[in-house]
Amino acid sequence: MSRQDRTPIYDALQKYIDNRIVSFDVPGHKQGKGHKALVDAFGQKCISMDLNSSKPLDNLTHPTGVIREAEILAAEAFRAAQAFFITNGTTAAVQNMIFSCCRQNDKIIMPRNVHKSVINAMIICGAVPVYVNPGTEPELGISLGMSVSDVKRAVSEHPDAKAIFVNNPTYYGVCSDLKEIVRIAHDAGMLALVDEAHGTHLYFGEGLPVSAMDAGADMSAVSIHKTGGSLTQSSMLLLGPGIDAEAVRQTINLTQTTSGSYLLMASLDIARKNLFLNGREIFAKVCSLSEYARREVNKIPGFRAFGKEIINGDTVFDFDSTKLSIHTRAMGLAGIEVYDILRDEFGIQIEFGDIGNVLAIISVGDRELEIERLLGALSEIQRRFSKDPMNMLDHEYIDPQVAMTPQQAFYARKRSVQIKDSLGMISAELVMAYPPGIPILAPGERLTAEIIDYIRYAKEKGCVMTGTKDMEMNNIETVEE
Amino acid sequence: MEYWYTEEHSENARFSIRVDRQLYSAKSKFQRIDIFEAEEFGRFLTLDGLMMLTEKDEFIYHDMIVHVPMATNPGIKKVLVIGAGDGGTVRELTRYGTIEKIDMVEIDKMVVDACLEYMPQTSSKLSDPRVTIYYEDGLKFVRDKVGVYDLIIVDSTDPFGPGEGLFTKEFYGNCYKALTEEGILVNQHECPYYDSYAMSMKRAHKRIKEFFPITRVYQAHIPTYPSGHWLFGFASKKKDPIRDLDAESWNSLGIKTEYYNTDLHRGCFALPTYVKELLDEADKD
Repeated sequence: MSRQDRTPIYDALQKYIDNRIVSFDVPGHKQGKGHKALVDAFGQKCISMDLNSSKPLDNLTHPTGVIREAEILAAEAFRAAQAFFITNGTTAAVQNMIFSCCRQNDKIIMPRNVHKSVINAMIICGAVPVYVNPGTEPELGISLGMSVSDVKRAVSEHPDAKAIFVNNPTYYGVCSDLKEIVRIAHDAGMLALVDEAHGTHLYFGEGLPVSAMDAGADMSAVSIHKTGGSLTQSSMLLLGPGIDAEAVRQTINLTQTTSGSYLLMASLDIARKNLFLNGREIFAKVCSLSEYARREVNKIPGFRAFGKEIINGDTVFDFDSTKLSIHTRAMGLAGIEVYDILRDEFGIQIEFGDIGNVLAIISVGDRELEIERLLGALSEIQRRFSKDPMNMLDHEYIDPQVAMTPQQAFYARKRSVQIKDSLGMISAELVMAYPPGIPILAPGERLTAEIIDYIRYAKEKGCVMTGTKDMEMNNIETVEE
Repeated sequence: MEYWYTEEHSENARFSIRVDRQLYSAKSKFQRIDIFEAEEFGRFLTLDGLMMLTEKDEFIYHDMIVHVPMATNPGIKKVLVIGAGDGGTVRELTRYGTIEKIDMVEIDKMVVDACLEYMPQTSSKLSDPRVTIYYEDGLKFVRDKVGVYDLIIVDSTDPFGPGEGLFTKEFYGNCYKALTEEGILVNQHECPYYDSYAMSMKRAHKRIKEFFPITRVYQAHIPTYPSGHWLFGFASKKKDPIRDLDAESWNSLGIKTEYYNTDLHRGCFALPTYVKELLDEADKD
């Protein structure tokens, strides 16, 4: 399959520049000629490739040329029937999966630990969530995957649901039994939608959990920029064989920019080539770095880097061992505290810290040297910062009390109240720590004592809480009842 | 034929040596390794094109990185050397009969192998029975050591490339932990003159100060290093390099040196005003 060597979009950009085409179109910086500061900041080549749709460069909203070719190559590489390049982030890919199969009041079965983009999609299109409680690992306090029996129950209680939505994997690397869930969905006439924001590597590595396309899912949002090496905000939406691709494109075009960035698209093209040609080797190395780091972290008293041992055949059907998630509670430190110390004391930026865990992303770009720095810093944190683990809050999953749909709550008449006085009210807003961006509270859910306490504790430990209109998150918008 | 080795000491300043011939060139997993022979400096080793040592002036660096801590505490028995693949630091250490154990941790075995073959002047004592060589990352090596060494010498490359981890807070903290109660840490501390080196020097100084109650900087004149003016960091839990210098007992050892002497020991801690100011700035940052 040597055609995977090709990078049609990148090649077309290069040819366009070589042909010295005179530009009387946008962008106005005219390959940097009119904007020296931009060229000085980002380099001539980069700015020269920031071009506009045209016949030789094709058009993202209606691709017939090089973008089409690049999408075909991507589909082939990801073993999908169709691939769409997305330049509005994986948020757009996730939302378009939902927009493509749910209309107002259509039900969609999903775990509650979805990314906020899913909740936001439901606010926009009026879909109704049917939440399946993802199990919680009692010691780690993290949300897991969906249990097959819970999915079956949700399907039999809501046979009219249009789709089942699955995280593959979760931020922490936990996978549900995707093949079985896809089978259940298809038997019930539902679609299987998969959020693979953290799953690009599943398509190219060996010994990793099954990918959505291989499991027979209908759609998947794949964040190539997260672990696959393309530029931030570039993403792909993959389709399985049974889906009307042109209808999906029409849906994507409702919200996607008509000025898709060629830098982002070319980066998808280049990343796809690299993943296809070198992915097996790259992710073998990533796995070995990550497994080494896990073993070494586990020698430091107080830290627990969890891995495949948490697999339980159901809510943890499989585990993505490229993820380095570390439980910090026995150290007497919240995950977010370890996250802050690593950055402020040691100049090490990791992906996120929440109440009980930190997550380090290990990917294409990592080397042994950086892993040793992380391990050295963690051992210093143990020596210099560890505390008595008493009074550490440990739960992560709070079972939501859904009172109305996200859309009803978001567009309802609202009243702002102090969070401490909000007990029993219905939230009109999202509340989450970002990252990871998984809502603690979604619009339409009741504020319980547990949630109010959780928000207070997370703020106190230094989590960056977002989602509310009030930037300080003292107040929350609630639905007038 | 003109055959010159050139190192850029800054973007706008170069240092060149006329080369007679190249003895060795290879690329390891970590860096490019070259050994040349020159009329003026004898054989010399470069890593990624940067000067590490020459046969003619290596005695200055190795005298100063070893004898200053050894004269401060002649009771040192266990020593950890990090980097130092050329063997020069180990060679000086082996001259002390009182030292019982020398662990050397060098990330790049190819550097040691190349020096064993082409730089016998520095590598000749790597076979001393007290020496154990570990080929691994220095930061990794110290991570699980607690209260083991009386002296740690960080004989590293610059803090860009494979030596980067040896200029970090996690490394200095782990070294503190690996040292005994009277432990001393000496590191090559870059040059104060050129901005990019001075920045590394300040950063290293600031980080070391956070862990050790006694921190000093001393200097030497090394013709083939950028600006010729090089600094060393001296950090210690108890021993002060000037107050605790036991000149008589060191001189009684009869170790013949070409650069170091106990008068210079006192003098090398006296720094030029601009260097003192740079260090003060680092304290305030």
